[in-house]
Amino acid sequence: MNAREKLIRAAAERILLTDGAFGTEIQNHKLDEAAYRGSLDLSKDQKGNNDILAITRPAVVDSITRAYLDAGSDVISTNTFSANRISQADYGAEHLVADINIASGRIARAAADEYEAKDGRPRFVAGAIGPTNKTLSLSPDVNDPGYREIDFDGLKDVYREQCDALVEGGVDFILIETIFDTLNAKAGIMAAMESARAHGRDVPLMISMTITDLCGRNLSGHTVEAFWAAVRHSNPVTIGLNCSFGAQQLRPHVQALSAVANTLLMAYPNAGLPNELGEYDEQPHQTAGFLGEWAREGFVNIVGGCCGSRPAHIAAMAKAIDGLTPRRISAPPIVTRLAGLEPMVLAA
Amino acid sequence: MNQQIATFVNIGERTNVTGSAKFKKLVMAGDYAAAVEVARQQVENGAQIIDINMDEGLLDSEQAMTIFLKLISAEPDIARVPFMIDSSKWSVIEAGLKCVSGKPIVNSISMKEGEAEFLAHARLVRDYGAAVVVMAFDEVGQADTKDRKVEICERAYKLLVADGFPPEDIIFDPNIFAVATGIDEHRHYAVDFIEACQEIRKRCPHVHISGGLSNLSFSFRGNEPVRRAMHSVFLLHAIPAGLDMAIVNAGQLDVYDTIDPELREACEDVVLDRRDDATERLVALAERYRGSDPVQEKLAAEWRGWAVSKRLEHALVKGIDAFVVEDAEEARQEAARPIEVIEGPLMDGMNVVGDLFGSGKMFLPQVVKSARVMKKAVAHLIPFIEEEKERNGTTQGKGRIVMATVKGDVHDIGKNIVGVVLQCNGFEVIDLGVMVAWQDILAAANENEADMIGLSGLITPSLDEMVTVASEMQRESMTLPLLIGGATTSKVHTALRIDPAYEGPVIHVLDASRAVGVASTLVSDTLRDKFVSETRSSYDDIRVARANKGQNELASLSEARGNAFPFDPDGMAAAPNKPGLHAFDDWKLEELRQIIDWTPFFRAWELAGNYPAILQDKVVGESARGLFADANAMLDTIIAEKWLTAKGVAGLWRCRRDGDDVFVLASNEETRLPFLRQQIKKREGRANMCLADFIAPVEDWIGGFAVAIHGIDPHLARFKADNDDYSDILLKALADRFAEAFAERLHQHVRTELWGYAAGEALSNDDLIREKYQGIRPAPGYPACPDHNLKPLLFAMLGGAPAEISLTSSLAMLPTSAVSGFYFGHRDAEYFGVARIGRDQLEEYAERRGISLEEAERWLRPNLD
Repeated sequence: MNAREKLIRAAAERILLTDGAFGTEIQNHKLDEAAYRGSLDLSKDQKGNNDILAITRPAVVDSITRAYLDAGSDVISTNTFSANRISQADYGAEHLVADINIASGRIARAAADEYEAKDGRPRFVAGAIGPTNKTLSLSPDVNDPGYREIDFDGLKDVYREQCDALVEGGVDFILIETIFDTLNAKAGIMAAMESARAHGRDVPLMISMTITDLCGRNLSGHTVEAFWAAVRHSNPVTIGLNCSFGAQQLRPHVQALSAVANTLLMAYPNAGLPNELGEYDEQPHQTAGFLGEWAREGFVNIVGGCCGSRPAHIAAMAKAIDGLTPRRISAPPIVTRLAGLEPMVLAA
Repeated sequence: MNQQIATFVNIGERTNVTGSAKFKKLVMAGDYAAAVEVARQQVENGAQIIDINMDEGLLDSEQAMTIFLKLISAEPDIARVPFMIDSSKWSVIEAGLKCVSGKPIVNSISMKEGEAEFLAHARLVRDYGAAVVVMAFDEVGQADTKDRKVEICERAYKLLVADGFPPEDIIFDPNIFAVATGIDEHRHYAVDFIEACQEIRKRCPHVHISGGLSNLSFSFRGNEPVRRAMHSVFLLHAIPAGLDMAIVNAGQLDVYDTIDPELREACEDVVLDRRDDATERLVALAERYRGSDPVQEKLAAEWRGWAVSKRLEHALVKGIDAFVVEDAEEARQEAARPIEVIEGPLMDGMNVVGDLFGSGKMFLPQVVKSARVMKKAVAHLIPFIEEEKERNGTTQGKGRIVMATVKGDVHDIGKNIVGVVLQCNGFEVIDLGVMVAWQDILAAANENEADMIGLSGLITPSLDEMVTVASEMQRESMTLPLLIGGATTSKVHTALRIDPAYEGPVIHVLDASRAVGVASTLVSDTLRDKFVSETRSSYDDIRVARANKGQNELASLSEARGNAFPFDPDGMAAAPNKPGLHAFDDWKLEELRQIIDWTPFFRAWELAGNYPAILQDKVVGESARGLFADANAMLDTIIAEKWLTAKGVAGLWRCRRDGDDVFVLASNEETRLPFLRQQIKKREGRANMCLADFIAPVEDWIGGFAVAIHGIDPHLARFKADNDDYSDILLKALADRFAEAFAERLHQHVRTELWGYAAGEALSNDDLIREKYQGIRPAPGYPACPDHNLKPLLFAMLGGAPAEISLTSSLAMLPTSAVSGFYFGHRDAEYFGVARIGRDQLEEYAERRGISLEEAERWLRPNLD
């Protein structure tokens, strides 16, 4: 049974858990620059380069991964949100992209396999791909709205490098997450599909959009329905939302997406909105309370946390979803879904 | 949400160089701003999809497609509808697919070049996430009859579906051909099309059928009323047969019932091929309608008739830049002064934009677009404003702002937008980019004589970095305003953490739309002071409210004392060999040179890395080696020519501890040294530390010291006179190193000789640098002992101006290369940070120090909430 079938089968039995944030956990290790840098010979300050820890402090990454597995995660993601050539260039570490992703994939793979062997419950590894800080849809130069900092093929190559390394590191899925720009995601999808073809196997996609304004759109302006129309050609094993605001504000958009998407729905919001000091103070039982409600209403198949959520949040979610019936994936009517920033459905 | 199910879709046809002469002219002339307006009109007129075609021989079609798609993608009121990327060349289509998000339609692919190419293109269409129009065209040619249309479409359908292409994403174009051409074979084309639709729908489930409607009436070019009537009649019959989308001029469809019945019937005869003389009859009738009914394009341009200020506002809110220059010019001619156009209608419009954005009714791309309109208007007005200034002799620019995303953060979209908006409003923006260290921010502000600094950050650690920048601005005694913005920043954080770190104005700017107001106020002679003091007092209010709320995890002073570090009498250092004061007027520099800690020296020159590895560093090694050689050469001269003198004093005194105070008996006088205790709640097993915890209650010993490097000034003066900055900085950096080395060496001398509790200590230079010895030497003003104000007490015990050091009013030491502190000899003594303390301790501390509460607050501000 391949990973896609295995996940779908597990998700048919119960609501599954993904993990929480890496960033917050890493911050708690209070690593200094030297710790980030390790023995690497890099010219730029490495403090804050969380992804590089897979090489320089693998034990830190491993312990966080295990903390989530202990909390009950079925799906764990690799600590590779910024492990792409563009983001790593800010740290002068772009030549390490492949190494970081392979190392991170292996850490997660080993931990997942170990836990699965222990109790027989399937565990999955999602290779996480962040959006980079470049956008294909917006011009950074207001005098030249047609200008773009990067082009589709360039970004696709950046993603392709990361996908190849993650697959080599042993991930089950490619998780394109925190999608603020739908066109970036489309480049990522293309890269992932090409990578899977090159490896000669199905590497299912998990696709997760982030909403940046209260109207329920991402930064490139797409509504969740338009977004689904734009990415469903990739036959993702999960579609969903992450980051954004907290669960409370995200609820209507999860509901809307759940209503149109005929694949597993994965949602992992932030632990509330940050307070005035930039700290997330939503308590585990609060976040879990919201997600438990989504689960009861049948909106979701996989839940977890993003910024500010910690193993305790995941553990609380495990309790909140225990025994609840997972969302049923209904075969929707066959209709044509087109989209600009807004969706357009053609009657059959 | 707004999920309408469409039963018939109008595809806008005007953004097509093959179909619209006007659009073609605009694109050929490179007037993309006006071309974008054509697209906007299409959507405003009801096009649900817009077709974009750049197939023109004299055009670089791929480039034109790319430029135009990127431009209209940035227009939310156009980009809300799906795009149809139309070209007969695959390369143009693929270039277009790389610019369009959402799910567009490719128009078109066909089996003209065979099945292999057809399927290859179809797979790419899928990978790019698009639907596709398949033309009824095969290796033989274009399908004209019903049977050929059906045959080709069915074959294509089977191929695609077998290849995994979703049937619902297939749209067939079975070719609408011109009728009423006078050629007999053409008479039946419309009927063929309509009947083919029916059959294709039956044989190919889930597909859609589209067509280019204007072909139908090609013979009546120039006679719009007749063309429109033909189209309406055709649709009336083709839609029930299965045509569910068509490329039309969305503004030009007549309602069937409103068509003149005579014309309607003539059209019907032609379309349905009902009479042999149908064509002749329609041609004859058509002449009556020619030119009778001009296109109602006025509708879309209604706003153009409004008053100019209203038009400017509309253009800003809608982000339309096509007319903004002429409108700005008109407004300028009406206004008494050109600046009034900016301060009046343009700012009003931007305020509307800001409000809409702030309330979530407008989103970012629209704001950026509005900013662009603003900028164009301003660019037009600037020469007039300059001219006026020259006439009136005023040359004051609006202001200059240095902006940066702070170190550790790479998010800059928000910052860029603020930058743009400020530039639109006549500010000069110096954007330092992302991950900018505070040194660079301050340097840029100084170099450019900036009027203000703007910091941005998105991730939470950036908040701390902003505090660092503020503190460093304070340290440099800067006074210019500091603007704080970014998603995680807040007024509360600014009030509690950033504002206290900097005495100049600190303003939290909620979003880009407020930036202009804030920045303009800050450069205004009349408004600035009031605004700054109001902001300050609003921050005070927040701080008061916050203080009353009580922060989460501070222990009370008595609780903290209950969790004091337990004093272990066994760890006490023995009584000193040589108590009292010991002065050293000229410590040998050769000796100090041997124990210099070079790593901070390189860091001072912004060369990252540890000595000695840094000398071999791939990136900075070469500069590090050069610098190191120069430093050593200068050290040779300093020592040979005796430029500098290392003076120091160490004192060892009897003392006792009482609570958190240490009473020191120096020169027969007891001095009370109050220390601060950590109050942040600790986890099990960790004490709330205070330096007094390392002193025995009854009888113990404590030390103090001060060292300084004298003699630097004449040499600095010489370098300055020679404009030799390099040597100037080098000498200062070396003097600092000497001072630190001297503090280390003197501490060692105290441990091994004067106090002597570690007589047998034998440590390498590395171990010294790593402080692997017993005892600490905390300095007033540093984390374990944050009150700078203990310096005068220490200096008094050391005999007044020890080592000839004087203190400035802010208690900085002169000469600047100087170090002072206390010696604690206890085995368990370690460095820690006092961090935040409570009001209870502050009040008690002020009493113990014998100073007013206000003074205590002033010195301990960083440790207070």
